[in-house]
Amino acid sequence: MSKPKVGFNWLASCGGCEEAIIDLNEKILDVVAAVDIVFWPCAMDFKKDDVRAMADGEMDVCFVNGAIRTSEEEEMAHLMRQKSKILIAFGSCSHMGGIPGMGNFFSKDSILKNSYQESPSTINLDGTFPQMETITPLGEVELPEFLEYVRTLNQVVDVDYYLPGCPPPVRLITEALGAILENKLPPKGTVLAPDKALCDECPRKETKPDKMEIAEFKRPYQIIVDSEKCLLGQGLMCLGPVTRAGCEGVCTKANMPCTGCQGPTSRVQDYGAKALSGFASILTSMEEKDVEAVLDSIVDPNGTFYRYSLPSSMMFKSLGA
Amino acid sequence: MHNEPFEPRIVAFFCNWCTYTASDLTGISRLAYAPNVRVIRVMCSGRIDPQFVLKALRQGADGVLIGGCHPGDCHYQEGNYKCLRRIKLLKRMLAEMGLEDERVRLEWIAGSEGDKVQKVVNEMTEQIRRLGPLRLAPIPVPHELVEEELAMAGAEEA
Repeated sequence: MSKPKVGFNWLASCGGCEEAIIDLNEKILDVVAAVDIVFWPCAMDFKKDDVRAMADGEMDVCFVNGAIRTSEEEEMAHLMRQKSKILIAFGSCSHMGGIPGMGNFFSKDSILKNSYQESPSTINLDGTFPQMETITPLGEVELPEFLEYVRTLNQVVDVDYYLPGCPPPVRLITEALGAILENKLPPKGTVLAPDKALCDECPRKETKPDKMEIAEFKRPYQIIVDSEKCLLGQGLMCLGPVTRAGCEGVCTKANMPCTGCQGPTSRVQDYGAKALSGFASILTSMEEKDVEAVLDSIVDPNGTFYRYSLPSSMMFKSLGA
Repeated sequence: MHNEPFEPRIVAFFCNWCTYTASDLTGISRLAYAPNVRVIRVMCSGRIDPQFVLKALRQGADGVLIGGCHPGDCHYQEGNYKCLRRIKLLKRMLAEMGLEDERVRLEWIAGSEGDKVQKVVNEMTEQIRRLGPLRLAPIPVPHELVEEELAMAGAEEA
């Protein structure tokens, strides 16, 4: 039997997901021994035409990271779907919109204006603005269209599985590859990670207070962080209780509160709404004016609770954006 | 549809012990109020997950009204305080996303305040009538790229 054919592709992403594959270290040799990598533009010299030339469903598995913001990314997402049997949304951006998803707080026009005209570091005397078609002395050149908003992969094409995380933890990638090779994949639509909260596998679990009560949230620079004790118990905004496990607390081990990149467990529909609910409920303030003051200690609540998941939320984007 | 006047749709979550009882009293007292409100009874305002509010708005509500017991009167000691903190935080976030303040409203209404239910519902209905329908952007669903787009992309390649 021939080896399974595997593809990787990146859309609107930072390259961290590609890095996560490299972080397999020596295990990548086992992967290469077990599968044929037929498309991986970040690491190997394949072109779009190579994929076009494939038969439909020729790739057994394709891992796609990054959200969809441009017309080119949309086209590539469709191409990957067409050419692969199993399509896996790899990482927070393709899973929930990720960091690029926060673009949905703003309108397309305001993003372009800020980038090309208004930001303090921009000097654009000629008023240059990106055009889809530009005539140059060497001929006409084209750019993909910057679409109205950011979409998750499953808002563009049908997705089979999700590998969460920013980037997905090596252990989850290895387990997913194992499941694919042994043909032991769970039902379609499953997020390939444990379906419980991060606190469950956090090394600080034992020091979690019996009754979690917080008078005011602190930011990491405002306190000296105890490197043994529960971060939330110390008043830091640690999103562990509302975030899916699987990373083994790689951030919390390093004194960094969880920022929620793995998204919610399967019982939650809207990560941000559920997160705000949990954190509002453990605050101790009762009187209306005290509540306002304490909520002021949650700086940028939308950016905190929807950091990775705005396009997959029930709002999808800001009104008027 | 075009010429019909806009009738706001309001989803109300009322707690079993105070506000829902109050709305019964409104009826028993024959106090008429705007029929725009659809009441959902929950055991406590502390049961109201912010996801419920978003889901109501997503599925076509123009506003969401939440009614609970007055501070200190919660049947479960402090459910209404949790509700207060959650809704205040949710409203801050929704305001930043461009939602008008009047579309989500929290009111404490005791079992004896049938007249307050009438007043709040009527007032909110009018406020939302003035704001007009809530138009959330539809959530995108997977679609086939139309033949033309693909043909165009193919032609560009060639």
